[in-house]
Amino acid sequence: MNPALQGLMTIAVGVGGCLAYFYFSNLVLDRFIFPARGAQAGRNINRANMVRPWLFVFPAFFFLLLYLGYPVFETLRLSLTDRALGGAFVGFANYEQMMNEPKFWEAMRNNMLWLIVVPAASTAFGLLAAQLTDRIGWGNIAKSLIFMPMAISFVGASVIFKLIYEARPVDAAQIGVMNAVWLNFEGGIWSFIFLRVFPAILCGAFAVIAAYVGYLAARPLWEDRPGPREGVMMKGARAFLGLFGLWLAWVSVRGVWGVLTASLPYGEPINWLTLPFYNNFLLMVILIWIQTGFAMVILSAALRGIPEETIEAAIIDGAKPLQLFFQIKVPQIMGTIVVVWTTITLVVLKIFDIVFAMTNGQWETQVLANYMYDKLFRANDWGVGSASAIVIMALVTPILVWNVHNARKEMR
Amino acid sequence: MATQENIDRGVFQSSSRGFLRGLFKAKSTDDGMAGQKSGLMWAVHISVVALVLLWIFPTVGLLVSSFRTADQISNSGWWASLTATEQTIQLRTAGAEAAELVDGVYVIEGNLLTDDRGPGAGLELRSFGTSARNPSAYAIGETGEDNGETITVNPDGSYVYTSVEEPSSSGSRVFVNAVIPPEFTTQNYDTILFSGRGQDNMSRAFFNTLTVTIPATIIPIVVAAFAAYALAWMEFPGRALLVALVVAMLVVPLQLALIPLLRLHLGIGIGKGYLGVWLAHTAFGMPLAIYLLRNYMVGLPRDIIENAKVDGATDFQIFTRIILPLSFPALASFAIFQFLWTWNDLLVASVFLIDASGQTTVMTRQIVELLGTRGGNWEILATAAFVSIAVPLAVFFAMQRYLVRGILAGSVK
Repeated sequence: MNPALQGLMTIAVGVGGCLAYFYFSNLVLDRFIFPARGAQAGRNINRANMVRPWLFVFPAFFFLLLYLGYPVFETLRLSLTDRALGGAFVGFANYEQMMNEPKFWEAMRNNMLWLIVVPAASTAFGLLAAQLTDRIGWGNIAKSLIFMPMAISFVGASVIFKLIYEARPVDAAQIGVMNAVWLNFEGGIWSFIFLRVFPAILCGAFAVIAAYVGYLAARPLWEDRPGPREGVMMKGARAFLGLFGLWLAWVSVRGVWGVLTASLPYGEPINWLTLPFYNNFLLMVILIWIQTGFAMVILSAALRGIPEETIEAAIIDGAKPLQLFFQIKVPQIMGTIVVVWTTITLVVLKIFDIVFAMTNGQWETQVLANYMYDKLFRANDWGVGSASAIVIMALVTPILVWNVHNARKEMR
Repeated sequence: MATQENIDRGVFQSSSRGFLRGLFKAKSTDDGMAGQKSGLMWAVHISVVALVLLWIFPTVGLLVSSFRTADQISNSGWWASLTATEQTIQLRTAGAEAAELVDGVYVIEGNLLTDDRGPGAGLELRSFGTSARNPSAYAIGETGEDNGETITVNPDGSYVYTSVEEPSSSGSRVFVNAVIPPEFTTQNYDTILFSGRGQDNMSRAFFNTLTVTIPATIIPIVVAAFAAYALAWMEFPGRALLVALVVAMLVVPLQLALIPLLRLHLGIGIGKGYLGVWLAHTAFGMPLAIYLLRNYMVGLPRDIIENAKVDGATDFQIFTRIILPLSFPALASFAIFQFLWTWNDLLVASVFLIDASGQTTVMTRQIVELLGTRGGNWEILATAAFVSIAVPLAVFFAMQRYLVRGILAGSVK
């Protein structure tokens, strides 16, 4: 059958079937199982009303549990078995094998890099765009254009950026923007400013921010402040954040040194995607480009939701525009910033298409989701593939628990 | 819901806010601050222009490249497409049959530009050469010499070629540096959509994508809407647990579902194909659908529903006659999400749909394959990519309002 025809029939069968199911199951319930007449009419109506919600939710939750609930446990089971041995139980052998593969640790390292850089950069750019476009007449159009990449597929975006990173031989015309710009640098004063001083400042600023955030997180550990005492979990989290901030700052300071001393091959076109380590950031740029619009839309709404009194009061007290932004506005939308951050974190944890299309994990750009796809469908190793899927699930679980916790709080 | 509406309207409607006017008033009372104010506004305008340009620059590059010929793409960056560029083109003199023997020397005269194989008259020539290694060895009007052959090329393209030996029948190569005016073509789109062969033709993949997308967008709406109504407006034990379950499922990575479900599909005979991918997309879209629709339906006014109940309407009637029409904005939001997600999807289609025959490939998959096989053919790649992103972009610009509403309802809770 022609697939298009099959598609139309599926729509008809799917939609019609759904409506028919709901209509007739209600009819059967009211007319035949618990008819609202005779001696027990009242009791029957109550009984029917107890059953009815389950009729309504059944198809949706059937799908949910079969397609998302069951696989979680099945994948857990598969990760403990070996396909080559006919599905025999092998304990943690798959995990052990995975831990011994350098490619897995490369994927873990890269995923952590993605987790640090992409949500931070997208949220920061989104906040910047939201704040700036808020104040001008043609802000709608600007927002709309920054938001546009949301509609573009990861694959389409990969093609777009592959054109930007394209490298041609040295005597041919460069058609990739990156190389065309790069070849203009020849080691003079401008090269020094743009390729050494400027990145060093960015890197240094990041180091300061990381250290400061770590300090803010850890400060309550040694300061006595009024309020409820924090549990061991919270203290542990604070200590971890503090150390993590310190570590990030240290890495960034080393990065500053690296930028200032690196010898740059001026005059040669560079194959950007094959530069180990740095190519990860070039792939991240794609996701940042896509996710900034998302962050901007949510943060813009949040900025508009800030009560005007607080802002007017701050102005009367003589707050400067920057103070107004960082000390009055940002604290008030902190909740939304966290939501945006976690939502983008979820996207990052599952990132697959971009790496698959751009480098397929070569040149040290592997990430977990692509590693898993590789294991499942190229190496045909379901055990290790499932084990790496479980690793992704484990990374997602804290966010899952946090979300459910919040949703339950709201329901009450 | 009133606040929701306000947020919505706020997002894409810029207005000078009260506090902003207040800000300027407060500033202008200070002496000397008025200039700083307009300076600040200028800085804001310029920053936004820079940001927007930075954000659309990549997409514009792809769009422009898709309208250029292969030669143009490989000879200059797309940003130079509006200005004339100097390019080296390879031309040929006429063959031996046009040669005349004059004083023991073979002489061929003709015009490089207007001959049968030439690019046509009117190009401005800069220089020429006889070897690929040095294509600009001689200025126009000069005579180049090489192993007993000489050639003179004039500004209008006419040439005089002499050789002591008999010239080859196909003529000899001449490299000419010419100023090529900007030129755009729709040939690439013709190749991708209609006339291309094999992988270059995306028409099948386009229809396959459409076939995957439409049922996978419509069916989950109906299934989820009933469940959302029950979760929003029917009292029953376990409701809170089900809502928590939906919130948890929102986050479960798709990756976990691949192997168990593929095994399930193969086990019960669905195999790889459209039915499988429809089911998978329906299920994967379900958590967001239920979540968005429930959140919207909870906000509908209680009076309407209770009045209808008093008048004797059944739950089924309330749902189809009242809730469903009132929930249109939420339905539209989810429909756009699901459409963009299924249209742009690569992973689910790769796992559940595309089999070894390759007959059921979707556009994203075909583009990834093109990236592997036609990595340097940017006219094909750019056009294929643009064909695949054109539909979601159109949907995006047409229904942006609902997309924004959906994003806000789905995240800020």
